[in-house]
Amino acid sequence: MSAPVPLLEAEAITRRFATLVANEAVDLKVMPGEIHALLGENGAGKSTLVKMLYGLLQPDVGRILWRGKEVSLPTPKAARALGVGMVFQHFSLFDALTVAENVALALDETAPLAEVSERIVEVSRAYGLPLEPKREVWRLSVGARQRIEIVRCLMQDPQLLILDEPTSVLTPQECDGLFATLRTIRGEGRAVLYISHKLEEVRGLCEAATILRLGRVVARCDPRAETAGSLARMMVGSNVGEVRRARAEGRAPVRLRVDNLSLASDDPQGTSLRSVSLEVGAGEILGIAGVAGNGQDELFGVLSGEARAPEAGNIVLDGEAVGWSGINARRRKGAAFVPEERLGHAAAPRMPLSDNALVTGHAAGGLARRGFLDRARMLGWVDAVTRAFDVRKGPRDPEAASLSGGNLQKFVVGREILHKPQLLVVSQPTWGVDAGAAMLIRQALIDLAAGGAAVLVISQDLDELFEVTDRMAVIFHGRLSPAYPTGELTREAVGLLMGGEGFAAPREEAA
Amino acid sequence: MPLVLEKRPAAGAAALILSPLLAVALTLASSIVVFWFLGQDPWRALSVYFLLPVSDFWGIQEVAVKATPLVLIAVGLALCFRSNNWNIGAEGQFLIGAICGGGVAVWTHGWGGPWVLPLMLVAGMAGGAAYAMIPAVLKTRLRVNEILVSLMLVYVAEFLLDWLVRGPWRDPFGFNMPQTVTFAPEATLPVLFDGGRMNLGTVITLVVVAVAAVVMARTVKGFEIKLVGDAPRAARFAGFDDKRLTIAVFAISGALAGLAGVMEAAGTVRQLLPGFSPGYGFTAIIVAFLGRLNPIGCLIAGVFIAITFIGGENAQIILRIPRDMTMVFQGMLLFYVLACDTLILYRVRRVAPARRVPT
Amino acid sequence: MTLAEAIFLTVITASTPLLLAAIGELVVERAGVLNLGVEGMMIMGAATGVAVAIVTGSSLAGVLAAIAAGMAMAAIFAVLTLGLAANQVASGLSLTIFGLGLSGVVGAPFVGIQREGIGKIPVPFLSEIPVVGPILFRQDPFVYLALALVVGVSWFLWRTRAGLVLRACGENPVSAHALGYPVLRIRLYAVLFGGACAGIAGSYLSLVLTPFWTSGMTAGRGWIALAIVVFASWLPWRALIGAYLFGGLIILQLHAQSAGVRVPSQFLAALPYLITIVALTAIMALRRSGGSVAPQGLGRPFVPDR
Repeated sequence: MSAPVPLLEAEAITRRFATLVANEAVDLKVMPGEIHALLGENGAGKSTLVKMLYGLLQPDVGRILWRGKEVSLPTPKAARALGVGMVFQHFSLFDALTVAENVALALDETAPLAEVSERIVEVSRAYGLPLEPKREVWRLSVGARQRIEIVRCLMQDPQLLILDEPTSVLTPQECDGLFATLRTIRGEGRAVLYISHKLEEVRGLCEAATILRLGRVVARCDPRAETAGSLARMMVGSNVGEVRRARAEGRAPVRLRVDNLSLASDDPQGTSLRSVSLEVGAGEILGIAGVAGNGQDELFGVLSGEARAPEAGNIVLDGEAVGWSGINARRRKGAAFVPEERLGHAAAPRMPLSDNALVTGHAAGGLARRGFLDRARMLGWVDAVTRAFDVRKGPRDPEAASLSGGNLQKFVVGREILHKPQLLVVSQPTWGVDAGAAMLIRQALIDLAAGGAAVLVISQDLDELFEVTDRMAVIFHGRLSPAYPTGELTREAVGLLMGGEGFAAPREEAA
Repeated sequence: MPLVLEKRPAAGAAALILSPLLAVALTLASSIVVFWFLGQDPWRALSVYFLLPVSDFWGIQEVAVKATPLVLIAVGLALCFRSNNWNIGAEGQFLIGAICGGGVAVWTHGWGGPWVLPLMLVAGMAGGAAYAMIPAVLKTRLRVNEILVSLMLVYVAEFLLDWLVRGPWRDPFGFNMPQTVTFAPEATLPVLFDGGRMNLGTVITLVVVAVAAVVMARTVKGFEIKLVGDAPRAARFAGFDDKRLTIAVFAISGALAGLAGVMEAAGTVRQLLPGFSPGYGFTAIIVAFLGRLNPIGCLIAGVFIAITFIGGENAQIILRIPRDMTMVFQGMLLFYVLACDTLILYRVRRVAPARRVPT
Repeated sequence: MTLAEAIFLTVITASTPLLLAAIGELVVERAGVLNLGVEGMMIMGAATGVAVAIVTGSSLAGVLAAIAAGMAMAAIFAVLTLGLAANQVASGLSLTIFGLGLSGVVGAPFVGIQREGIGKIPVPFLSEIPVVGPILFRQDPFVYLALALVVGVSWFLWRTRAGLVLRACGENPVSAHALGYPVLRIRLYAVLFGGACAGIAGSYLSLVLTPFWTSGMTAGRGWIALAIVVFASWLPWRALIGAYLFGGLIILQLHAQSAGVRVPSQFLAALPYLITIVALTAIMALRRSGGSVAPQGLGRPFVPDR
């Protein structure tokens, strides 16, 4: 008996970009009826590889075989014609268009919208993915948006479904729903290529894995036969350390208090905050978990002072009401902030790092005097952050956009920590960052708290929150749960809260 | 597609200077083709356009006279454009400045003193700034498109000037010509050299350029302007109020355009009349871009454009080329500047078709 | 024909160039491109149209030449903004400056040459309908074309797949690209269509409305067309209403002048521009609660990653 023919096979694929080799001689085999994991850290070349399998990029060298025959995939259309479907990490949806219009755009044959709507309803029933065809996308939750992506792929009757980090935006319960759908798909004899860096879910879901590191395949394995630790070692190439925790017991004085804060969002697509209260003490790290879009951005904005609180007393910093103070007034009082979005919010992409040091250091950081810039100190600040946080860069003062995600994140976190803040509010501290940088940043947060500062971490990454926080609360539809000691919480309990269980929320807003 | 754009890791410093020079060279090359097409001797035409205007001291003074309003307006526009505020109604603010300052001259005609000129300059700046406030306030309050509003106001200003010089402000002894009285000596800017037309306005402009250059390169305010334009969210994160900045840069550019207007009235034309501006407010947009939105760059670009302005007038007389040709060259120059700017941000890469590994 | 009918007739005539240019720009902006060069494309259409019509003696040749001129101008814009990802605002401005200059050069030999305008074509039967008939159906071909374009563009954008794809490119070019649509090519077609419309609009000015050439004869109509697109919230039917409102205003102003209203003529002449500002302000004040309706990707350069 001859060996079964792989559904899809990539042979010796190499793809270069201007400065780096994203894929080098990568081989990949996906069998029919298999959920195959593509594992790797951020920047390992996973996205580049699947873009080539979906016809969005062309390999410089190498070939792609479909059921044993060599094929060329000049466009996504060609890939879809073969039977390849893809669900993107950053959804490729059009907010202003309806669900049906979004699906119609992804279909290769022209069909009237009414017919498309019917088929959406059919497919969404068959796979347990509820959708309303006439809704405009901007009104939908993140989970529903992902369902659109999956439904529109399934309507093409694909033999291979590629999912790029699908669970990073879902609650644990939503993840379970997705896994059930994927198992149904596998049961129909279709294959799934599942891209992730979450090891536990790969072990539970996939029966084969290809692991990439720095653009090369470093291992192939059956993840069910591995441990999370062994998978991590293959991914990172060395033992992943664990952050050190040394914690003083007992409650210290409250540094930040938020008192019954409600804030209507002025963005129609935003989330309004509803009577949020919290306290962070000196030496403590408070975590706020939640699925994206539940009011995290609004909370960060009002805590930092980019948005004004309705009442000054809503936010109290070291005993002083600062709800009406601007962001620089809060910085002068010893607060520091790191927003979620690195490029464009925390840093100006096309400005050098020295100018980016000035972004948060011009008013309270001593980088300017009487309105005039102190270039020497700005550069000195860059050097100091570079040393303390191991920021890897070519020239001394490059543009922010030229740094890798991890290095830029180390810079924007380090830029604040070097000011020795008494309060640090940080959103998504290690989003899309390689393991080494993530560990360094988490350690820095713990060390900062150990030195007596209050730290508030807003994150969607439960692993991260369990690793660094002392207490944890969950944000859902603009409401904040009470904070519980992290040691007393389980992932299941947090997951239920993230899905809205236990919130005395009026039902009409749970649409 | 065989050619694609690829982002450069960092802007080449040399490209920043090289790109406008390349744009000028390409414009010259294109103009040779155009002249040849028009049946002109290209070399003679080029010398009429670019060399004749600077061939003697009188000519150089004329260049300075033309460059002064262009540079002054362009410096203000550069601040606006840098911060992503598209004030393209500088022509209107220029006219309103001239009207406000000129109004002082008309009003005080016959009884003024040495205080008239300073009052005129202040009135011109205030008028230009106030006029620029209209699009700025509408933009910050209601997010009304500032491009359209500022542009519409140019037409309004033109009609206002037209009405004034044909109606209430017409020179009673002017043989019914649509113009005001010729300003009294105390209402005119002193010339720098006897017999020339270069006046104090040029000196004021140089001072403004120097101040603006220092502000942009060395102060937090300059940093704020650049940051608001480059990354508005990061600017809010830095604690800068983008609405207040919008108001401020519109006010500054309006004041500078108004100052240019009143100095043109008080220094060069010495009266108000319709068609008083040869489109300085629009040409200054080109100057601002050619000067890379940098005050010193605007100075250099303004001088260059002023030369083509005079060259265009010469060409009309000597070569019978329509004066509109100057605008064609200016538009072309801006095309090339924009195209060359792409070379700073991106590099053009050839994409080779996929090669196969030997099997 | 009654006076009211005559006024309506002239209102439609005055509105048509605005409508033609606005509907073209509407498609361009729906595709996510902001072309501020409408004025420049329009005046090139006017100059080329009249020049070719005089040289060949054929109005049709003039109109076709105007379309070609508008598209050629649009092509320059496309090279800059699509091919080279240049700033769209600056590119549009330079297109206008370039067009104003070049039209002066092209039109110089033809200044003041009067020729007969393109006549009206009554639609059989329909033109016999009382009141509405003479106003709507005894018009020149451009009026019919403009109305047909409103219907056609509206149908195209909301009833065809190509229209859906074009809107998708304007909303989110990155996603459209990810789905495999050739964003830049679609935008190119839209920009060229906008150029053709502006070219026709220009030729209407120089071949019908004032059948001769004067330098700068568009007098800001291209800019008003841009304002109409915003005013219309990017909807073709509202562009129709907007254009006819502005056209009515221009005629009202002319009639007021000739009727000797005791207001200086310059104030009346400035009225359309002032009303444009008022209209833009009013629409933004009304829209304040609803958020932005502009295409999300409007004005942002798009560069496909490889």
